[in-house]
Amino acid sequence: MTEDLTRQSAAVLAAAIAAKEVSAQEVATAHLERIAAVDGVVHAFLHISSDSAMAQAKRVDEKIAAGTEVGPLAGVPLALKDVLAMHGEPTTAGSRILQGWKPPYDSTVVARLRAADIVILGKTNMDEFAMGSSTEHSAYGPTHNPWDLTRIPGGSGGGSAAALAAFEAPLAIGTDTGGSIRQPASVTGTVGVKPTYGAVSRYGQIALASSLDQPGPCARSVLDTALLHAAIAGHDPMDSTSINAAVPDVVAAARRADIRGMRIGVVKELSGDGYQAGVSQRYHEALSILEDLGATITEVSCPHFEYALGAYYLILPSEASSNLARFDGMRYGLRTGDDGANSVEQVMSLTREQGFGPEVKRRIMLGTYALSSGYYEAYYGQAQKVRTLITSDFNAAFANVDVLVSPTAPTTAFKLGEKLDDPLAMYLNDVATIPVNLAGICAMSLPVGLAPEDQLPVGLQIMAPAMADERLYLAGGALEAALVDRWGHLLIEEVPSL
Amino acid sequence: MTSISRDEVAHLAHLARLDLGAEELDHYASQLDVILQAVARISEVTADDIPAMSHPVPMTNVFREDVVTASLNRADVLSMAPAVEDDRFKVPRILDEE
Repeated sequence: MTEDLTRQSAAVLAAAIAAKEVSAQEVATAHLERIAAVDGVVHAFLHISSDSAMAQAKRVDEKIAAGTEVGPLAGVPLALKDVLAMHGEPTTAGSRILQGWKPPYDSTVVARLRAADIVILGKTNMDEFAMGSSTEHSAYGPTHNPWDLTRIPGGSGGGSAAALAAFEAPLAIGTDTGGSIRQPASVTGTVGVKPTYGAVSRYGQIALASSLDQPGPCARSVLDTALLHAAIAGHDPMDSTSINAAVPDVVAAARRADIRGMRIGVVKELSGDGYQAGVSQRYHEALSILEDLGATITEVSCPHFEYALGAYYLILPSEASSNLARFDGMRYGLRTGDDGANSVEQVMSLTREQGFGPEVKRRIMLGTYALSSGYYEAYYGQAQKVRTLITSDFNAAFANVDVLVSPTAPTTAFKLGEKLDDPLAMYLNDVATIPVNLAGICAMSLPVGLAPEDQLPVGLQIMAPAMADERLYLAGGALEAALVDRWGHLLIEEVPSL
Repeated sequence: MTSISRDEVAHLAHLARLDLGAEELDHYASQLDVILQAVARISEVTADDIPAMSHPVPMTNVFREDVVTASLNRADVLSMAPAVEDDRFKVPRILDEE
């Protein structure tokens, strides 16, 4: 291969590596050099694992030389969100409280990536403990959007999305609790999928809200996303909420990309006011393309979606305040104030005060309040009922349509700092992505063009029922192919050079 | 739903083991108030007969075989601890002085 290796898709790289046209070590080196050249301005990575990446690439080359069978993504580099444990490599979840921590074990996602012969380049930046929509809540400074370095790359998985958009890696892993894969994909012109809850193991993912969290694949094209999805999904006995069923054939769906006869529902409550003009424009253009491709479009109503944000910001902080209780400075991570005089309780309070940032403290306090005696029923209990209502809305909609669509985010990438001091304004970014997590279904965001007013990417969200993840790839693949026909290339090719 | 006082915030901080400073207490008191008022709208639709949903996966009692496997490497684990003594985690005093 003579072309720039960092501009290739994962599928093309894997084929070239398997055919010995290029070595996995050359591919890894090209990406590490790209990171060295541009990550100073993008700051997608918190940690570069050069040694382990090159060692893994060497193993892949040896396997291929020996004629050993390798996975369909063998030798392809990947950027890993820093919320997933990787044995011996720093894992901080974007928090100061875990600075310097090296996990003594691999998360299941990492174990599967290794088994698939994928080369992990390093750990990507994120909002602290995945709380945020901009990566500005990272304790290690924000990530910059490669489309415009003064803007946010989305969050919480802004580092993974920016790494893709900056051509630092062709594949990335994110985690999605309320939109943390999809909203970054939307604002960086990349593709991201939140799989069905329970489809990808959460073992070794540092927990935010256990009933909402879900790891998933990110890439620059629908097919690459499907290939990564297939590599990480499947039952895991180490996660008691892992679904013990066959993984839908997402790769075949991405390749087939045929939506003739597909029934697509437009969610009325997610299509009205409150969207930036260019977002609405590109969204409606995408709908007419889907119709031209042979799908039928109908409007459906999900009347309880307007309560989803409220329910989410009670359920998430409640679960988070409980999950984050484990960070007490006793067995690992930061410990502050251990002067011999302070009690264990004082040391815990001092450690957590120093180790957590403002958004984490805010949500811990909110969750502690919502779960406290006297308020539990009024807040957490009521929020759980809204969750039932939202799931019923989805069930009713999916009785009549195969997939639902909406814009992924209300706006294109906003400016760094713009919403940092207004938590509620920041939370509103997630209004279209949150219902999916509450119901535990699956969804994809894929780019559908640039907003005319700011020349920044717009994302379309496709939602499908639980364990029907293949429908995302069928519809997403068809739409992407039609857009590539129109543009002559993927949208990401239009990103300004850094 | 009621508004949240500074004293309540201080109590919550204690429950959550956060040694918040005075400025932080004021800051969070006003912010939590705004957020709680925004989310309280959910009570408009939550009738008594709607079942609560804690989780999207309708599974209970997931069991596996009780198979003995290797535990984590002790040296790996202890090397990440803030303080260690005699192959154990060392913690600050847990009892009040008499």
